[in-house]
Amino acid sequence: MALKQIKDVRGACVVIAGDDIDTDRIIPARYMKCITFDGLGDYLFYDVRFNEKGLPTSHPLNDALYKDATILIGGRNFGCGSSREHAPQAVFRYGFRAIIAESFAEIFFGNATTLGIPCVTATRSNLNSVRERVAAHPKQEMRIDLVLQTATFGDEVFPVSLRASARDALINGRWDAIGELLEAGDLVARKASTLPYFQAQSVVV
Amino acid sequence: MSKMSKTLFQKVWDAHAIRDLPSGQTQLLIGTHLIHEVTSPQAFAMIRELKLRVPYPHRTFATVDHIVPTDQRSEPFADPLADAMIKDLRRNCEQFGIRYFDIASGKQGIVHVVGPEQGITQPGTTIACGDSHTSTHGAFGAIAFGIGTSQVRDVLATQTMAIGKLKVRRINVDGELRPGVYAKDVILHLIRILGVNGGNGYAYEYGGEVFDRFTMEERMTVCNMSIEGGARVGYVNPDAATYAYLKGRPYSPKGAEWDSAVARWASFASDANAQYDDLVTFDADEIEPTVTWGINPGQAVFISENLPDPNDAPLDERASLIEAYEHMKLEPGHPIRGTPIQVAFLGSCTNGRLSDFQQVARFIRGRHVAPNVKAIAVPGSQVVGAKCKELGIDRIFSEAGFEWRDAGCSMCLAMNPDKLVGDQLCASSSNRNFKGRQGSPTGRTILMSPLMVAAAAISGQVTDARELFGI
Repeated sequence: MALKQIKDVRGACVVIAGDDIDTDRIIPARYMKCITFDGLGDYLFYDVRFNEKGLPTSHPLNDALYKDATILIGGRNFGCGSSREHAPQAVFRYGFRAIIAESFAEIFFGNATTLGIPCVTATRSNLNSVRERVAAHPKQEMRIDLVLQTATFGDEVFPVSLRASARDALINGRWDAIGELLEAGDLVARKASTLPYFQAQSVVV
Repeated sequence: MSKMSKTLFQKVWDAHAIRDLPSGQTQLLIGTHLIHEVTSPQAFAMIRELKLRVPYPHRTFATVDHIVPTDQRSEPFADPLADAMIKDLRRNCEQFGIRYFDIASGKQGIVHVVGPEQGITQPGTTIACGDSHTSTHGAFGAIAFGIGTSQVRDVLATQTMAIGKLKVRRINVDGELRPGVYAKDVILHLIRILGVNGGNGYAYEYGGEVFDRFTMEERMTVCNMSIEGGARVGYVNPDAATYAYLKGRPYSPKGAEWDSAVARWASFASDANAQYDDLVTFDADEIEPTVTWGINPGQAVFISENLPDPNDAPLDERASLIEAYEHMKLEPGHPIRGTPIQVAFLGSCTNGRLSDFQQVARFIRGRHVAPNVKAIAVPGSQVVGAKCKELGIDRIFSEAGFEWRDAGCSMCLAMNPDKLVGDQLCASSSNRNFKGRQGSPTGRTILMSPLMVAAAAISGQVTDARELFGI
């Protein structure tokens, strides 16, 4: 399957403050009652974007200044909690194309990468500095270069990093592994034949 | 490192690694795939869209757990979205020939309760499921982890997935737990000390005297919450307790195959001289009943402690603590005990097994839930529920003022009708206290052991179960 090579992402930024932003925060569980991912973008951060009466809060995603943002700036352990792909799906469908944070939770990172959303990390001090600059220049675009592993915001350039396997997959257009996985049918059958438990047929209980 | 000094993680990995992928990840065979109604529908849709087959349908097992009502279960469900989801799962399993433990089977339940009790979960295997609490199955010496829906598709279509290898941290808990301290307290304490992201990039191997003595259900409680400490995988090496639990289960090997399976399972245990990427040791004696006070599972205190002062935290962590206090409506410096609760929830893939209900039943007999507290007891599976009925445990709960329900995830994540209302505070035996987790955006959760939930339900406030029950 030919996938887009994702070598860089450019766009305006929005800051989602706080560490340990969990998947229930990103997409409340009640919005996972669905059999497609369509429309999930509408529910991104829903319970912090809207109050109990359904009225918009002062959340940055409700701020017109950031309505064109395509890069999300998070904190430490972004995406912790559940394995729900609904979380990165909501991020993507809302319009984000990259996330920059101090660190990411393991499962969220893998799910986002599979959707072609680069999740790059930066130091806390660089993130603090860029947060201030985004507040001062909300329309300014950031450029995240996955090849050079840098982020550029105005005249500020700082290093970002990305796990080697994810970087390779994104820049070479193989972030969705299904095509590669399907190629190894014979190897899979051979390996499976070495595992007695794999041979066990479903028992009739 | 000699050839003989491998961890269980390494051995299981080697037995299932198909090949290295160009990205540097490994194509790993997933021997056992578990699915449920929430994270699989889109995967089946992708299978259809891409015109893929499911080549090994006998290695996927399905049940319905997240959206099922626990009281009125006749179909159609009152919630049309929930009804659409159960019907979609049923249709998908039929079309692709997947074994499905439906409500009518009497074997339905939370996927992480059903797998072990049916004997599907076995040592030395790889287990994936679109659910982060799949780490539960590591209690059997399996490498088990949560995956996203695209990977559910990958496993359905190829029985493999792309994944990077994890490092292994050995966590020893030595000595003896004090009376009234349980597996839930152990994992809450580990997460509090190692951090909610401390396990990022690691598989946790739990061991030491406490784990050697733990029952399988206690091991499952700990492994279940590995992901709350950031570790995608948590496991315990298989031993005699593991084999005793599995013997005679519906999907366990039978007859002559049993002996060879046990020998094979034993060979997967970490070697005595295995090398670990990290090693941490805890003293069991230092652990007290532990409860969360904040909005992630690491924000926890011993029941005897006062709540922490944000000013004592590192400067850049204070905002998180202040946010937690605002949501929880609690005050720094105050004791957690005495905090009034409105709801008590006993159940979930963490603590919804037979031993959890048996233990609580021993102590609540002749007592009653406090007025103004809504207490619900939700067995993790229909099998657990039936066993409780057989033993009269359901009646003990009902007489004590608990609502005895049917099996499901229920108020752990409130995708079914069981939800907090407004800012109700819930004493919960589940695994996550995230904002809004239990169904109300302003709802509040305090995680604790089942017996501590019972003590809170009876006294109407967060209570030291050891004092209330004279332990």
